[in-house]
Amino acid sequence: MSTLLMASELWHADGLWIIAIGALTNTACALVGCFLVLRRMSMMGDALSHSVLAGLAVAFAMTQSYSIVPLFIGAIAAGLLTTFLTQTLHQYARVPSDASMGVVFTSMFALGVIIIKKFVTGVHFDIACVYEGALGLTPFFTREIAGREIPLAVLTIAPVLLLNIGVLSLLWKEWKVSSFDPALATTMGFSATLLHYVLMALVALTTVASFEAVGSILVVAMLIVPAATAHQLSDRLAPMVIVAAAVAVLSSFLGYVIAEYRNTNYAAMMTVVAGALYALAVVFSPRHGLLTTLWKNIQLSLRVVKEDLLAMLYRVEELEAAQPLTPAAAREALGGGWLPLVAAKMLQRRGRIRLENNAVQLTKKGRTAARKLVRSHRLWETYLVEYLGLPLDHIHEPAHRVEHFIDERIRGKLEEELDASAGDPHGREIPE
Amino acid sequence: MSVPAVEIHDMTVAYQRRPVLWDIDLQVPEGKLVGIVGPNGAGKTTLIKAALGLTPLASGKVEIYGKPYNEQRHLVGYVPQRESVDWDFPVSVRDVVLMGTYGKLGWFRRPGKSERETADRCLEQVGMLPLAKRQIRQLSGGQQQRVFLARALAEDAQVYFLDEPFAGVDAATESAIVELMQTLRSDGKTVFVVHHDLQTVRDYFDHVILLNMRLIACGPVETTFTNDNLQKTYGGRLTILDEAAEAMRQGDSIR
Repeated sequence: MSTLLMASELWHADGLWIIAIGALTNTACALVGCFLVLRRMSMMGDALSHSVLAGLAVAFAMTQSYSIVPLFIGAIAAGLLTTFLTQTLHQYARVPSDASMGVVFTSMFALGVIIIKKFVTGVHFDIACVYEGALGLTPFFTREIAGREIPLAVLTIAPVLLLNIGVLSLLWKEWKVSSFDPALATTMGFSATLLHYVLMALVALTTVASFEAVGSILVVAMLIVPAATAHQLSDRLAPMVIVAAAVAVLSSFLGYVIAEYRNTNYAAMMTVVAGALYALAVVFSPRHGLLTTLWKNIQLSLRVVKEDLLAMLYRVEELEAAQPLTPAAAREALGGGWLPLVAAKMLQRRGRIRLENNAVQLTKKGRTAARKLVRSHRLWETYLVEYLGLPLDHIHEPAHRVEHFIDERIRGKLEEELDASAGDPHGREIPE
Repeated sequence: MSVPAVEIHDMTVAYQRRPVLWDIDLQVPEGKLVGIVGPNGAGKTTLIKAALGLTPLASGKVEIYGKPYNEQRHLVGYVPQRESVDWDFPVSVRDVVLMGTYGKLGWFRRPGKSERETADRCLEQVGMLPLAKRQIRQLSGGQQQRVFLARALAEDAQVYFLDEPFAGVDAATESAIVELMQTLRSDGKTVFVVHHDLQTVRDYFDHVILLNMRLIACGPVETTFTNDNLQKTYGGRLTILDEAAEAMRQGDSIR
């Protein structure tokens, strides 16, 4: 990879502009996207990115020009209208919220198409361009600023990014509380509805500013994917927003490099990279990742099997005419498979059990540990009979499950409640 | 007689024109612990939400210390039901409690050192300071409820509305909440609590509001929490009231 990355044809000025424009756009989307994800409104990004077309079309038709300010105003108006209609339909016509969103954004999108076809002359409406954007072409449309040629796309998206950062810092605590607990925010005087509309206006604006450069696929993806990735990786709001921005920038960079080598569409590749980063986060996230969960589950299963083995050996010792337990029989009794093997190895290494004449036996240390487990088990059985009134043949299984989770504290409480010296309900001794 | 802490005057609340609370009229003096009691669907949560301006009133008014709620917002604290928020939200215990100070800060101002100290003091009061840095997902039900209470304390209000604070909490948390309510009362605060356990009403509260779509009774526990009133509260719904509500939803006149 390092030799690939050093290849000189990759790092021409246009390439750097493409990365920069991608990064600016993606970051602008990711910042507002965090709050969409946290409010469980991810699909609202998709909806707005379509319905703004109606606003753009009206702005086009009225001004017959591409000037940016009317377009922005049109987009914000369309965004607010979508939000309003979606909520109103949901609230007053009692349409389910996903259906009302689906109805509103598709209608407005279609309306936008009709207005463009009917009233806007001289516009080439290219659907592929709407989806893919024209990121590769952005470096060629420039304006001279202070003696330097700056791509127009930068001049469009940079102010929007700054606006997003500005509003985010200004309304940080307001958005935080109203996203977490809208009712509380409202009782404090921070109207959750008002804050919702401000967010939606920003989403609409960001969408439109991003459209031309990166197309709708990347916009919808960048509103959600970096934020969802960051949600996997962070437990605090500020780090989440920063991680989301970092994922957005990283996707632009890697997306550009891979697209160059594969000679394909930049925006689509950036989206694919973002999706891949999300998948990585889902699998490898240190706290909630699949791998961590799997590891924790294995650890737990292993502990249960180890404890079951110890308790089993203790019970064998208790029997008067004890048949020694062979490794094969022990493995069989613990359900077979690889877990008992690993468990036995670990217990052996820690000096809890030993193997003598093809018989598994407890060491002194092992016996102490086993005694505690059996004590927990029998205390729990006693508790079930005395306090829950369960019959004798119903108590072994639940106690078998619970014994692994009874710590010193709970054992102490059971000892206070019960008379351990009287033995368990089956008449066996409760070991000290 | 001094101004009541909360006065609800002829309040009706409707969803889609269908009234769920009819003509509620009550007064509660300052410094009382008030249980709101009634069967499922009686409108207990609605009563709180309407008093807090979260649900629009079809008619009537709510006054806090003699003035409309909108002017007295800062005097009122709210603890919603625990399930009403997303506990996966990326915030720490301290962050959540800090949110209690936002109302007094107002728009745009950031919480500073004194707000953080307030938050820690409130956490201390509910015994949760050692867990201040935890992500809220890692808390037990009782701990989550304590965090919500600490947040309410941080609001530093005069009148509190707690929606089912005892639901799904352990015994230790339950007694901690009761103790906290008593501290609030001795500071002259008024606390409204939606409550389900009839057994404990006498022990926990001074006042009780008995509710079942309409106000059955409101007053001191000794005189109000009587068998007779409980019978009225739980003895089935009033069918005519139900039918009238349904007719209003459908927009017909009541024949």
